[in-house]
Amino acid sequence: MIAPALILVAVLLALAPAGMALSGIARGPAILYGACLMVATALCAIALSSLLDPAHPVSSITLPIGLPWIGAQFRIDPLAAFFLAVVNFGGAAASLFALGYGAHETSPGRVLPFYPAYLAGMNVVVLASDAFSFLVAWEFMSLSSWALVVSHHREAENVRAGYVYLLMASFGTLALLLAFGVLAGASGHYDFDSIRAARPVGQMASLVMLLALLGAGSKAGLVPLHAWLPLAHPAAPSHVSALMSGVMTKVAVYGFVRIVFDLLGPSEWWWSMLLLAVGGPSAAMGVLYALMQRDIKRVLAYSTIENIGIVFAGLGLALAFKAEGMDLVAALAFTAALLHVFNHAVFKSLLFFGAGSVLNATGARDMEKLGGLIHRMPQTAFALLVGCVAISALPPFNGFVSEWLTFQAILLSPQLPAWGLKLIIPAVGGLLALAAALAAACFVKLYGVSFLGRARTALAAEAQETDRFSLAAMFVLAALCLAAGIFPAFFIDALDGVSKSMVGTSMPHQASLAWLTIVPIAEGRSSYNGLLVFAFGLLSGSIASLAIHRLASDRVRRAPAWDCGYPDPDVAIQYTASSFSQPIRRVFGTLLFSVREIGEMPPPGSSRPARLTVEMHDLIWETLYAPIGSAISFATERVNVLQFLTIRRYLALVFSALVLLLLVLAL
Amino acid sequence: MNGIGDLAVQGAQMLLVLALAPLLTGFVRKLKARLLRRQGPPLAQPYRDLIRLMRKDVVLAENASWLFRVIPYIIFAGTWVAASLVPTFGSGLLFSWSADLIAIVALLGSARFFQALAGMDVGTSFGGLGSSREVMIASLAEPATLITVFSVAMIAGSTQLSTIAEYMGSGAAGLRVSLGLALFALSIVSIAENGRIPVDNPATHLELTMVHEAMVLEYSGRHLALIDLSAQLKLLLYLSLIACMFMPWGSAPPQADQLALALGALTYVAKLAILGFLLALFETAIAKMRVFRIPEFLGAALMLALLATLLRFVSGSL
Repeated sequence: MIAPALILVAVLLALAPAGMALSGIARGPAILYGACLMVATALCAIALSSLLDPAHPVSSITLPIGLPWIGAQFRIDPLAAFFLAVVNFGGAAASLFALGYGAHETSPGRVLPFYPAYLAGMNVVVLASDAFSFLVAWEFMSLSSWALVVSHHREAENVRAGYVYLLMASFGTLALLLAFGVLAGASGHYDFDSIRAARPVGQMASLVMLLALLGAGSKAGLVPLHAWLPLAHPAAPSHVSALMSGVMTKVAVYGFVRIVFDLLGPSEWWWSMLLLAVGGPSAAMGVLYALMQRDIKRVLAYSTIENIGIVFAGLGLALAFKAEGMDLVAALAFTAALLHVFNHAVFKSLLFFGAGSVLNATGARDMEKLGGLIHRMPQTAFALLVGCVAISALPPFNGFVSEWLTFQAILLSPQLPAWGLKLIIPAVGGLLALAAALAAACFVKLYGVSFLGRARTALAAEAQETDRFSLAAMFVLAALCLAAGIFPAFFIDALDGVSKSMVGTSMPHQASLAWLTIVPIAEGRSSYNGLLVFAFGLLSGSIASLAIHRLASDRVRRAPAWDCGYPDPDVAIQYTASSFSQPIRRVFGTLLFSVREIGEMPPPGSSRPARLTVEMHDLIWETLYAPIGSAISFATERVNVLQFLTIRRYLALVFSALVLLLLVLAL
Repeated sequence: MNGIGDLAVQGAQMLLVLALAPLLTGFVRKLKARLLRRQGPPLAQPYRDLIRLMRKDVVLAENASWLFRVIPYIIFAGTWVAASLVPTFGSGLLFSWSADLIAIVALLGSARFFQALAGMDVGTSFGGLGSSREVMIASLAEPATLITVFSVAMIAGSTQLSTIAEYMGSGAAGLRVSLGLALFALSIVSIAENGRIPVDNPATHLELTMVHEAMVLEYSGRHLALIDLSAQLKLLLYLSLIACMFMPWGSAPPQADQLALALGALTYVAKLAILGFLLALFETAIAKMRVFRIPEFLGAALMLALLATLLRFVSGSL
């Protein structure tokens, strides 16, 4: 299994220089994305065949590249196979979308070479089985995605996004480097097998967990390490945004699971508390930030933070149950987290594709320049509606299933003995419920403002439906949202092997239950059947429609909008993105964003328009990042004098440094 | 999952909620009018309204999209399915295992999602206003409902509504502080979710404080009838939910004989009458709140529900 996968990754790497050559040709993008589509599909097939094999095979290989004597080790086990499937499914969908979308790229030379390299980087992270290859691939993935973020480098905003991203990526890699350093220990074995054989214990293990949380968490976008994410993800071309949000954050989750669940083994009870304390607030904060935005792609990027928060809360629950030896519930929480990983990859890619299509059709990312697109782009509108419902965790789509499973795990947590957990888990449950409700509000706003209502600008009024490749990609993903929502049993069963290898056991087999119901623990306790709910809903809706049209009336008249008798032809009277979220801004924002609304009413008789000024602060940026930034620039300015010394002083400096080091050694 | 009997109970329940929902609304309206010493409309008025609306033409706004025409059916389907899964006169529902209480709350969430979208479709300021306020209210009411569900589910050891109803009916739960808090929270949420006074006024039009009515302003004819019917079903659903969790007496157990079913139906109607009376009394006694007082009202429900859950985590007997 591993050999063909590596050959396909090598093909992706070879496509990177080919991308340079192809960027000059008219059909170049189509050829490159077509090749990426085929390779990613093949890799996805390999991953699935490994994942779905009931024997849960593990295959590994050592290549004579990388560090001398050690070589580079690669391995496919169930965990790697699952994430390999997610990465390449996302990659295949993005490539299909890009077959159409890529044709609009103004500077293909800045995108084409890096795109396959980026895909290859993510694949190698998942396949790597020694710390050296893992870190090299991780950095490769970060740098190639950075190149894609700054591909439109003439916009100042993108350059800033690229800069912040580069800093945070370096920070993350540094943390992971240190984590692997501690894991390797004094003996310095960097391959994962040796690390598993000689695991650090006690405080060293906790240190590794903290470093892994910092490193993987900053890549995944956990609050407060998220600051780069909403800048960088929207700056890239839309198919790359989809990959960054839908897939790369999942590679970060993979890194965390690999280190904490696999390499570290048994956990301390407070690790789970830390994960819950980070995951719950990330979910709620992420979606509140998302609600405050006007830029479609930025809303989606912030909502990624929310979903990553849900995943990490699930992982925290899994750790807590595992530490207490309640393996079955740990498997439930772990499966819920992984299922959410997959679900989020599907609907977030779908939503970014939709945003990309809108961007192509109108040239606008600002919702307040859109409106009424459901009339101009009906098929995009339909696919995107599915994505919006799915991400809002509403039945019968897939987002609901993973949230439901997470809630079921939360409901079993009173059995945990640790007091800290008893207090934090209800709060986290509340935060997740809040996040789900706010996500629905957020996506009502996104869809309602940009697709419904009347067109706010001429650009939106003249938008054209997007091309068939983009539509195909969106419809495949939308269909999968529904399929995973009404047949969740198959998707849960596919995670059996991963759960067995990471938490020791797996959820009971689901697909064999009657009517494809999912029953996490026991039938008397809880069960959910997406298929029946969907079928009942469809049936009762159709019956109502048929009965009313047959028996009562089926006539329709068109007339001007009623609007309580005061219809106004001006499109500016519609609710905008900012006014839609005003009540929520007022309820939640006063504390979290120190929102201030200043209204200026002109005196009676004056014809001057009234003004409303809204002041909002990103408190995390202002209290955490800005002081660090100014401290660093302060320090660098002080050290800057060293750059302009005479050669005599440089020599003196070198000499004194040498003496100092020798002294330290002597002591 | 056994047999024709359960299927009959399930079918009877689906028709019963549909038939009873307008009557409940009419009953509450009549009571409110009587409490104000008015005569009030006859009990059957909601049925007449529905039939009249169904027969009328639909007047669609010129730029209404296909979504606008589909949404009433989606709302109706979601609410009806949810309402038919809440035990009313008996707990032996054939399909109760297909969706637990969390799923029922989420189904209502789906209906609300589409209702809020419908408010924005025509592109009028009133529609947007209604939707914007609706999602603000929902963003507090939905977590409060879910956490209430958590606390009740943890006491009963199940999220299946039938199992919860049977557990509560068996008396094993006893009197608990957390149940009291949960009941209080759920009552507040029910008032908010159904757009009753003091959160919203189901009888207003042309008022800037309105929420639900603003969202459905552009609907007419059969579409409006379906939305009205869904709102009535939702009120029935919430009252049934309170009845089956907190007043479980007399409800027929699974595989009950006809006598028990008849008794269950009788007690169910009595419970609805009591709850409807309390609702009318409360609505008459209290004044409508300003919009930005609502978060405090619902925040109280959220905190009470959280407290109920926390008590359950801290001690098994509270």
